[in-house]
Amino acid sequence: MTRRPTGWHAAKVTALHPETASARRIELEVPTWPGNDPGAHLDIRLTAPDGYQASRSYSIASSGEGTRVVLAVDEVPNGEVSPFLVEDLLVDDMLEVHGPLGSYFIWSPDSEERPVQLIAGGSGVVPLFAMAEAHALAGDASGFRMLYSVRTPADRFFASDLEGFAAHGSLQLDYVYTRQTPAGWAVPPGRITREVLEAAAWPAEVRPIVYVCGPTPFVETVAGWLTELGHDPRAVLTERFGGG
Amino acid sequence: MHLDGNAVAGALADAFGRDVTSAEASCGSCGARQAVASASAYVSAMGWVLRCVHCDAVLAVLIETEGHVRMSMAGVSSLDMPVAGGGA
Amino acid sequence: MSFITRGFTGRGRERDPRLPPGQTLVEDWPVLSAGPTPDIDTADWEFVVVTENGRHTWTWDEMQALGVEDVTVDIHCVTHWSKLEMPWRGVPLDKVFENVETTHDYVMAHSYGGYTTNVPLDELLDGQAWIAIEADGEPLSPEHGGPARLLVPHLYFWKSAKWIRGLVTMPSDDPGFWEQNGYHLHGDPWQEERYW
Repeated sequence: MTRRPTGWHAAKVTALHPETASARRIELEVPTWPGNDPGAHLDIRLTAPDGYQASRSYSIASSGEGTRVVLAVDEVPNGEVSPFLVEDLLVDDMLEVHGPLGSYFIWSPDSEERPVQLIAGGSGVVPLFAMAEAHALAGDASGFRMLYSVRTPADRFFASDLEGFAAHGSLQLDYVYTRQTPAGWAVPPGRITREVLEAAAWPAEVRPIVYVCGPTPFVETVAGWLTELGHDPRAVLTERFGGG
Repeated sequence: MHLDGNAVAGALADAFGRDVTSAEASCGSCGARQAVASASAYVSAMGWVLRCVHCDAVLAVLIETEGHVRMSMAGVSSLDMPVAGGGA
Repeated sequence: MSFITRGFTGRGRERDPRLPPGQTLVEDWPVLSAGPTPDIDTADWEFVVVTENGRHTWTWDEMQALGVEDVTVDIHCVTHWSKLEMPWRGVPLDKVFENVETTHDYVMAHSYGGYTTNVPLDELLDGQAWIAIEADGEPLSPEHGGPARLLVPHLYFWKSAKWIRGLVTMPSDDPGFWEQNGYHLHGDPWQEERYW
């Protein structure tokens, strides 16, 4: 992990792409950005003409030394910041960002060579994608697995990138579909179970570092099962996210 | 519904001038040590309340007013964080 | 550094003369929590008033027997939202204090889960405050403070302590949980008494 200064920065929106029906990928150019480790997040602060402000945290999908910062924001119904970012934001708009934040929920290619298990619930995949991408780019030797719980195939974030990492052998990728599966999928849709987790995740014996990110109930359920399955609680790093 | 200490990283960074999510906080109530990132965070527009992940005691309260961050850490008996350039 | 974000106005921030300064009308009912939501069975619920002269306690049924009334009030949260003409049911604190003697001028409200908030005693009487058990025609849900919360609608809503367990009178205006941490001792929304 690299120690990087945290501060406020002016960011320019350089590109916008639909990520799913409800989410948008936002690319920012932040000239003063000190780079960020995979798994870090930032705060975005919006200011209305009358001085009213609202801010929310978003995980960063990109990592490394550059000044390009990529986010993937899911619109929270009745939220205040995410609907603005997903529906109203335009290319060339300026945003205030505060970061990089987080020195705990971080993975770095130069960290010790232990297997890594990534477990994502919904848009909680964003910081885990940053780790998987950094791992793929670094040609890092530690074995990476991702277990990704998502509502439907159309709700997957970074689907083609993740498939690419899997095809090149840098990631073992398993999906759990909770609402609707692809055609011909072997199991009916349903929530993640302890059995699915046990079958897809690195076993405790190989001493993996486990990163779990998703809504609070998902994270607590999965973290509880991991402890039951013998994982060292200190090697299970969690990040919960909320709405807005 | 709670989040975790990662959610308050921004306000803590404003207060401390650095990221402290990997710092270890000891609970003044039960003594348990935990990374700030793994403490329970109750985040609302009123402020942030960090609670011990083991006993739910209040560790810290953070309120943002116009131009100020006010933080109480009365529930933290010690905060242990690595320093830049420090030994391994 | 701070600049205006093009196109951002905030959600639904229209004006209404019934709104105190800096408030925005909402139709939903936001939930703010500073800790875990306690699960309290009305069979185990007990309400206590403690003064320098002793303790008074009420069970759930005894509290109802004091007389539940319907009120319609506006509520104002310090986080800038207000709800107007909200129907509530509860026991007026005038009934609770009918046989309570104290020379103290202030009260600390205590909740299940440990939350506290301070209120002047005379602002809990004369039809200004209730032990509320229903809102919007439904029993109060745990998220909104059920089975019973304090309702002091003329003050910012953090004073309307969720999961109310009791009131302890005190001679001086000692700060409760949010008040210790920067929020105003009194909290009048029309005076915008938000912070110290």
